[in-house]
Amino acid sequence: MSDVNQALAAEHGLSPSEYQTVLSIMGREPNLTELGIFSVMWSEHCSYKSSRIWLKTLPTSGPQVICGPGENAGVVDIGDGLAAVFKMESHNHPSFIEPYQGAATGVGGIMRDVFTMGARPVANMNALRFGDPDHPKTRHLVAGVVAGIGGYGNCMGVPTIGGEVNFDPAYNGNILVNAMTVGLAPTGKIFYSAAAGVGNPVVYIGSKTGRDGIHGATMASAQFDDDTDEKRPTVQVGDPFTEKLLLEACLELMATDAIIAIQDMGAAGLTSSTVEMADKGGVGIELNLEAVPTREDGMTPYEIMLSESQERMLMVLQPGREAQARAIFEKWELDFAIIGRVTDSGHFVLKVDGATVADIPVAPLVNEAPLYDRPWKTTPRRAVLPHGAIASPDDPLAVLADLLGSANFCSRRWIWEQYDHMVMADTNQRPGGDAAIIRIHATTRGLAITTDCTPRYCHADPETGGKQAVAEAWRNLCAVGARPLALTNNLNFGNPERPSIMGQFVGCVAGIAAASSAFDFPVVSGNVSLYNETNGEAILPTPVIGGLGLVDDLDRTARVAFAGPDQAIVLIGDTAGWLGASAYLAQIEGRDEGAPPPVDLPAERANGDFVRQCINAGDVTACHDISDGGLIVAVAEMAMAGRLGARIESPKADLPLFAWLYGEDQARYVLTVENADSLLAKARAAGVAAMVIGRTGGESLTVDDAYTISVNELRAAHESWLPTYMAAS
Amino acid sequence: MKSAVIVFPGSNCDRDIAVALGRASGVAPEMIWHRETTLPLLDLIVLPGGFAYGDYLRGGAIAARSPIMRAVAERANQGVPLLGICNGFQVLTESSLLPGVLMRNAGLKYICRDIHVRVASTESVFTQGYAQDQLLRIPIAHNEGNYRAQESMLDRLEGEGLVAFRYAACDGSADGNPNGSARDIAGIFNHSRTVLGLMPHPERAVDPAHGGTDGVAMFEGLVAALAR
Repeated sequence: MSDVNQALAAEHGLSPSEYQTVLSIMGREPNLTELGIFSVMWSEHCSYKSSRIWLKTLPTSGPQVICGPGENAGVVDIGDGLAAVFKMESHNHPSFIEPYQGAATGVGGIMRDVFTMGARPVANMNALRFGDPDHPKTRHLVAGVVAGIGGYGNCMGVPTIGGEVNFDPAYNGNILVNAMTVGLAPTGKIFYSAAAGVGNPVVYIGSKTGRDGIHGATMASAQFDDDTDEKRPTVQVGDPFTEKLLLEACLELMATDAIIAIQDMGAAGLTSSTVEMADKGGVGIELNLEAVPTREDGMTPYEIMLSESQERMLMVLQPGREAQARAIFEKWELDFAIIGRVTDSGHFVLKVDGATVADIPVAPLVNEAPLYDRPWKTTPRRAVLPHGAIASPDDPLAVLADLLGSANFCSRRWIWEQYDHMVMADTNQRPGGDAAIIRIHATTRGLAITTDCTPRYCHADPETGGKQAVAEAWRNLCAVGARPLALTNNLNFGNPERPSIMGQFVGCVAGIAAASSAFDFPVVSGNVSLYNETNGEAILPTPVIGGLGLVDDLDRTARVAFAGPDQAIVLIGDTAGWLGASAYLAQIEGRDEGAPPPVDLPAERANGDFVRQCINAGDVTACHDISDGGLIVAVAEMAMAGRLGARIESPKADLPLFAWLYGEDQARYVLTVENADSLLAKARAAGVAAMVIGRTGGESLTVDDAYTISVNELRAAHESWLPTYMAAS
Repeated sequence: MKSAVIVFPGSNCDRDIAVALGRASGVAPEMIWHRETTLPLLDLIVLPGGFAYGDYLRGGAIAARSPIMRAVAERANQGVPLLGICNGFQVLTESSLLPGVLMRNAGLKYICRDIHVRVASTESVFTQGYAQDQLLRIPIAHNEGNYRAQESMLDRLEGEGLVAFRYAACDGSADGNPNGSARDIAGIFNHSRTVLGLMPHPERAVDPAHGGTDGVAMFEGLVAALAR
């Protein structure tokens, strides 16, 4: 196996300088297995080589944080001896190639990350981006991804309680499938990945290793071209049934004290799990590959080490506990094999029948992994779009049904009815609201979860877009009455070797850092997905934020739906009628122009804290944050959910009516209350802008007694778009 | 009431039904692993929802051949009440403890939502807590809930009052049948009405903030009938 050279290294995605580093670490030419190991460990997907220096700038600490980025998932303290364990992860490239399996294994992978840490998954979320609805692949991709997410999560018995979906031509060649899982664990029983104890057994559990997904991580670190379909063999095939058994078996073993360290086999399979355990523990690991359970005979060390077969885990056990662990895994009909030992060599050594087939020093493999400060270019600032630059519609409500019945605003019911969102019987707020809420089992407390990003803003101004994504997640949590605790993110961008793309990344990260710091809303886990490009066309910058909040009393939350007639409708926050980069401009005028709405972080914080306090005090009968589409879309969504109309009166200030209705100024909420005077007094005392803009009642939405549209008509448009689209062929 | 929940590999509503039974009876049910071959003395046996054996082959087909099912069938034949919910209903038809089959939903998609059913018979330990024709709102969550049997069997089920629940339209919707089931059947009894299989999840309807409370009368009715 001495035929490894620079050309073969290049085929493995290693640059000439990276290959030189390999040679200097090894002091010789690596063999093919070793080359494969370097190639996956140093892939963008595993090494974060383009993003690492920027990720370090994110705030990651706070009194609530038990474990920040670097482990399988983030961990925060939620009180009463419990921790929430959560993370979001992308499966973009595989889902484009093979939507059902790509999405399914994405869900499987993120759940494994969570239960590896000792937490039982209690909720799944997702953030999906598809191409133009008219693109010939879009319908097939939507159907496959939704079925795949449902197929895996439903079988696992973990409710999928919410998410977000967007359509934009920028995703025609690269869809985004970001999956998030939240789990619960006792704070004293969190499991980590650092191997320890020379001589301790390294144990392989779960499914057998097959030839699927070889080089998946490398595939996910390259851009697509017209031959994408040829990459199908790099997509893994999921088996949620086996993962359900693996979950139950792991939690059963974790209830004992037999486990020293545990790591799931995700991207780069057995390679990355072993290297991470050895590196974190500062030890060596020796594996005997003939002991690895395989699906077929004759698998080479290279194939075994690079396989991304799903539903597998690696553990280091306390000495003498092998029999106890084996009995549990045999009960669950899973493979259990002692495949190696912890050593003091500091080397990652692979043997087959006693003969060494690979020998790599762990520390340099990890520490000398490439780290790039890629050149980047600031995205040019856009001018602020004046109101006069947009034609004022004759009837500003005439376009509302068009907007609500469009791909990006229509009801997502067709999607979430394919997800079991009620299993575990703790779902308190189902999909369709601002944030989903699950009860913390057998308590009166809950967790609120949301996923958010507005790629339109990120494209127009990355830093503002990054701030806005965090602000919207924060708002969605406050809008249900939850206390935001921490966030996870999934940073989806194009090719980082292009300075303009790297500039988008740098800008978005700066915005996320600023907002997360201003809200004391730290980043505790995350994932980066780069090279989302096909034939040189990049996706919109899409840094998705997954926010987690705590609900102290499930009886003191708010929902989107109007709760009853003759209640005052209150607008919280300042309105300037900002239409630059707005949904109105994009959907109604077909224009992508202007700077996006600025994000005033102190105002966001003050308004969010105020709204949450009012909800928790029981003053609020319904609440919705204002985001895409502005005030009137928020009011319409509340009306449709409550099947109840409203009369709205504009302040008739120095602002065109349509800008007041559709402007996307940030830091705003719509509330309904029984007692408006008391709420306004409280707002004045808190220094928060608040005004009564109307009352609930009737069957129509009416604005200034001049314009009106029936709620039923809006509902029909809103509910019918997606099922009609998916039924067509 | 002493009850047991059979746990198959891949069951995932076993905890939910245990909570519902525990809340109604004050006694946590026994969780029995499918590899057991004997059962303790019991007043009620439940086959829970989920994806036993991943629903590989057919929903419920492999679970129906699990070691414990011989003991379950024996007890059922002795008249011990046996309840199969969702995947449990599929196991019951695959075990021939109930007639017919559950095919893929007519829309070929998994469906999770609240639906409405009418109580078609109150003459059983499972349904005596309801009123005849009472309209219930209960969640469903399944891919294969499309009940099918020969016409003669459907006639017999209807003729002998062995239909327990029927999907019903509500809120002005024209059709309340979510999955294409023959004659809107959502649940059926065996001939002695001691075995009930149904697709809706009454255990997800025992709490006002988490799916409604229309399932409560089933569990409280069971406790009333079976408490010793």
